[in-house]
Amino acid sequence: MTASIALPPALQVRGLQVSLGGRPVLQGVYFSVAAGRWVSIVGPNGAGKSTLLAALAGLLPAQGQISLLGQDVATMNPAYRARSLAWMGQNEPAGEDLRAWDVVLLGRLPHQGWLAGLQAHDLQVAEQALRSTQAWDWRERSMGTLSGGERQRVLLARALAVQAPVILFDEPLSHLDPPHQADWMDLTRALVAAGATVLSVLHEVSMALQADEMLMVHNGRLVHQGACADTRTHRALEQVFDQRIAVHTLDGQALVLPRRASSASQQERA
Amino acid sequence: MKHYLFHRPLHLGLLLGLLTLLLLVLGTLAGSSGMDALPSVLRALQAGADDDGRMLAQIVWQIRLPRGVGAWLAGALLGLAGALAQSVFRNPLADPYLLGSASGASLGVCLALVAMDGALINVHWLGRVGLTGAAFAGAMVAVVMTAALARGVAQTLRLLLAGVVVAVVLGAGSSLVLQMHPQLLQSMQGFMLGSTAFVGWDGCALMLAALLVGLAVTWALGRWLDGLVLGEHTARSMGLPVDAMRWVLILTLALATGAAVAHTGLIAFVGLAAPHISRRMVRWGARHGAVLAAMLGGLLLAAADLLARLVIAPAELPVGVLTALLGGGYLLWLMRRAHGAGAMQ
Repeated sequence: MTASIALPPALQVRGLQVSLGGRPVLQGVYFSVAAGRWVSIVGPNGAGKSTLLAALAGLLPAQGQISLLGQDVATMNPAYRARSLAWMGQNEPAGEDLRAWDVVLLGRLPHQGWLAGLQAHDLQVAEQALRSTQAWDWRERSMGTLSGGERQRVLLARALAVQAPVILFDEPLSHLDPPHQADWMDLTRALVAAGATVLSVLHEVSMALQADEMLMVHNGRLVHQGACADTRTHRALEQVFDQRIAVHTLDGQALVLPRRASSASQQERA
Repeated sequence: MKHYLFHRPLHLGLLLGLLTLLLLVLGTLAGSSGMDALPSVLRALQAGADDDGRMLAQIVWQIRLPRGVGAWLAGALLGLAGALAQSVFRNPLADPYLLGSASGASLGVCLALVAMDGALINVHWLGRVGLTGAAFAGAMVAVVMTAALARGVAQTLRLLLAGVVVAVVLGAGSSLVLQMHPQLLQSMQGFMLGSTAFVGWDGCALMLAALLVGLAVTWALGRWLDGLVLGEHTARSMGLPVDAMRWVLILTLALATGAAVAHTGLIAFVGLAAPHISRRMVRWGARHGAVLAAMLGGLLLAAADLLARLVIAPAELPVGVLTALLGGGYLLWLMRRAHGAGAMQ
């Protein structure tokens, strides 16, 4: 018990505010995520989910305070921050001419000195990362020749190769077929079981409900944080999506079904 | 699967080195009245040669060799600048002249010519700087103007647009000066077409220094440059100082382009084609890529220079015309091939 009290939260956000092009995109965001948890971030299109993730990774100018593993990100050494937090974006360039292997090795950059080369350990970590996303077989292929799903698995491996205790994934399941989506879930659970903290923006709500906790973003504000198994979280989800979805529980598993517009408005009146 | 002609950058590098040596030797033999025989040139270079031999030796040492080496160095600088531009803009068709350096150099030369002509008193000091200095200063001023107009170097698109604006405005400046001093048109044309005919050992030394600085900077930043390939956000998330890096790279690019343009005028296509071709021949990271693009750029320009001297000997073609023709042909071929591949799919 005392050990868990002494452990600082993996991420703590106080009064986060982000404006892009003079327009406020996120405001008044407060939350905290304990270490070793998997948290999914959901919300309607344009709610500010990706912005939240990018701000947490320090990629956008933001106001407010973000603490990573108990330290203020603003005063953190950039190399240390890069080793502590890995970020995988959505629709980022993938280096068409590079081999999958080279891309994953780039994930070791935060661990390398300025002029230093790769160590045997870096190669080992890169291999392990490629194997864990089942991308080892095409390590020699150029990124430009891979399919969307294959490329996504290489980019996932790149983020894993950082070996950061906190990992942020923006839409990690895009382009993945259902078996590989399930593999990603298993991988994330294994990472979390090993002590990592994972935050993932997930567009597919039933997948998002597999996480430990859920953060709901709506119109640039954090509107709910709760355990995925909690029915209050389910009701909040339905509300965030304008009652256009219904969350049912079947054999302890949450199931999300779409609702037609007419029945949604009836639900609202009721 | 993508296939490359070479498995390792070193193999391509060795081949390029050998070809370069061969070209330099051929270059020392090529004179205005056709090719001299190698044995006679070697004999002339030895001590105790007769008067004709001494004359030939002087021509080789003072004209042909610095010219060949100068062409190689200018091409190497353009190849390096092209590789840097393509990395910084993450665009395989980026060119060293994108940031306005070509028009800046032209305006610099224009003003220097006017000053030497004594036509404009207030720019008299420019005459003393010389054409080389004026071209270099013009190129650097243009790049700094582009960066200032784009409010820094952080945004690629803004930088490209600013480069276009600066090129248009400075180009208009050159046109205005030429309109007022039409007698300079011919000398100006020589600069615009590019020529390797007037490079001496001094120029070679300056270009070599710029090339070494450029290669050293690229080598030091190599791994980080590779990281940029995954996009700015990913690079930043891995702790790379993206903004500082871009400043250093753009200044290096400007230095390399400026040094080449100052000595040989505006030579087209070498900076675009050299990194592009080398990228098709072998898979490279930024470090090897910069060296290979420089070597290939040098080889291309040295070869073009030799051709320019031989095609209509004893007269000479401006080397820039040849590189433009060859480079344009190469791009057309690429387009046709890409089109053919698309049709097959």
